[in-house]
Amino acid sequence: MIAGSTSDAQRIVITGVGLTAPNANSLADFRAALLAGKSGVRSYEIRYVGATLAGVCDFEETRYQTRKEVRRGTRAGSIGVYSANEAIRDAGLEWDTMDRSRVGVYLGVTEHGNVETENEIYELTQFDYDVKYWSHHHNPRTVANNPAGEVSLNLGITGPHYTIGAACAAGNAGLIQGAQMLLLGDCDVALAGGVSESVRTFGIFASFKSQGALAEHVDPHKASRPFDTGRNGIVVSEGGCIYVLERLERAKARGAKIYGEIVGYAMNSDASDFVMPNAQRQTECMNLALRRAGMSASDVDIVSTHATSTPSGDVQESLAVRNVFQACNGKAPCVNNTKSFIGHTMGAAGALELAGNLPAFDDGVCHATINVDELDPECQVPNLVTNEPRETRGVEVILNNSFGMLGTNSALIVKKY
Amino acid sequence: MTTADIKDVIIDILEGIAPDEDLSNLDDQTPFREQLELDSMDFLDIVMELRKRYRIQIPEDDYVELASMDSTVKYLEPMMRDLEKV
Repeated sequence: MIAGSTSDAQRIVITGVGLTAPNANSLADFRAALLAGKSGVRSYEIRYVGATLAGVCDFEETRYQTRKEVRRGTRAGSIGVYSANEAIRDAGLEWDTMDRSRVGVYLGVTEHGNVETENEIYELTQFDYDVKYWSHHHNPRTVANNPAGEVSLNLGITGPHYTIGAACAAGNAGLIQGAQMLLLGDCDVALAGGVSESVRTFGIFASFKSQGALAEHVDPHKASRPFDTGRNGIVVSEGGCIYVLERLERAKARGAKIYGEIVGYAMNSDASDFVMPNAQRQTECMNLALRRAGMSASDVDIVSTHATSTPSGDVQESLAVRNVFQACNGKAPCVNNTKSFIGHTMGAAGALELAGNLPAFDDGVCHATINVDELDPECQVPNLVTNEPRETRGVEVILNNSFGMLGTNSALIVKKY
Repeated sequence: MTTADIKDVIIDILEGIAPDEDLSNLDDQTPFREQLELDSMDFLDIVMELRKRYRIQIPEDDYVELASMDSTVKYLEPMMRDLEKV
């Protein structure tokens, strides 16, 4: 798609980042936490499941929302509003004079509505299941576009807004959608990324537990441990990361700071299983993104893996990464994993994990995948950066993987500008 | 409950619905909407809270009675006079 695009009107760049993660509420703090090995996973209690672990954000909800807006909306909406406002500020957009009908909001979600539905049903149990007590807020809170809609309401954006449901590939999918809408001329500024409020639904914890895929560890900081032999499941987390995307010509015209350029992307489907990943399709997805970027595997400097710390999923992705990058020999990219610090932020994962790596364009450091005490032989990949960040000879290209249930795969390639 | 108690209940409900508003100078005779930023969903919240707290069912045709503090208290008084404040 983008390979060979020399026109600035057909090149898509990142000009702003706003985020909240379990270990930071800004890009600078997030990067510092990742380089310092700071985990955001902690002990957590949730209805019916009881004591478990989670990554919970502590951003200030009322920085950009009134208390009434917080009360009426959803946690995913608040995460979206916070992240979007931070991104706009970071991008230096002159918001007050902007034509907001030319702004689009494209947010990836793994799921939405579970939290609100569970809460209403719990409330209903107090009233003998009499639906007269069911809230009139239920529908506006649970419609699938809710988080993007709350961003639109908060910021007075009259361009398109919607969410992209793509399981845990949704963060990348939001970015891809934003880039595509810019290329189509549907908007001039895209607020694109992903959000998740999943820590507030007991169902996601209970379902992973029933599946044997919920992480357990006496030390919360060590619970998310992709590629380690002791890994035993996912740490459910919340979070959000929204980017300001623009066409290069617009970014240059306003003298914007440019974090990087989206030079390639791909999404495909396994068509093989509800939950088991498929290394072959993941391989094809990465190769397609590279082909579209006009790059070969050896052009990539960092591979940001999706690995969620499940016994089988990590093996599949490791196999896919080997398939694509083994032949690079001495030029194999550094490979890392951000979930090891923050758990699985679901719909935000792809967007947040890319953000954690973006500063490598400036500092040349690849942050690690932590908690690898004993590397699983089946997860051996060339240049896996374990436990300590690694200085490189410079980072020009990042490939960001994000995969999801029902076999949805995504790979996004960002190049230093 | 006395009329003063009923007024306290309404103020308590409004504090939850409109947490950013200053309710200390609310005029009892002026419609809520002229003093506070309340929309139709907020009025439904008042109805729902009364239903949840006191099992009071307010027919849709009577929502107009909830326009101001005075009209609300007058409307609710026959339904709430025998109830205990919670």
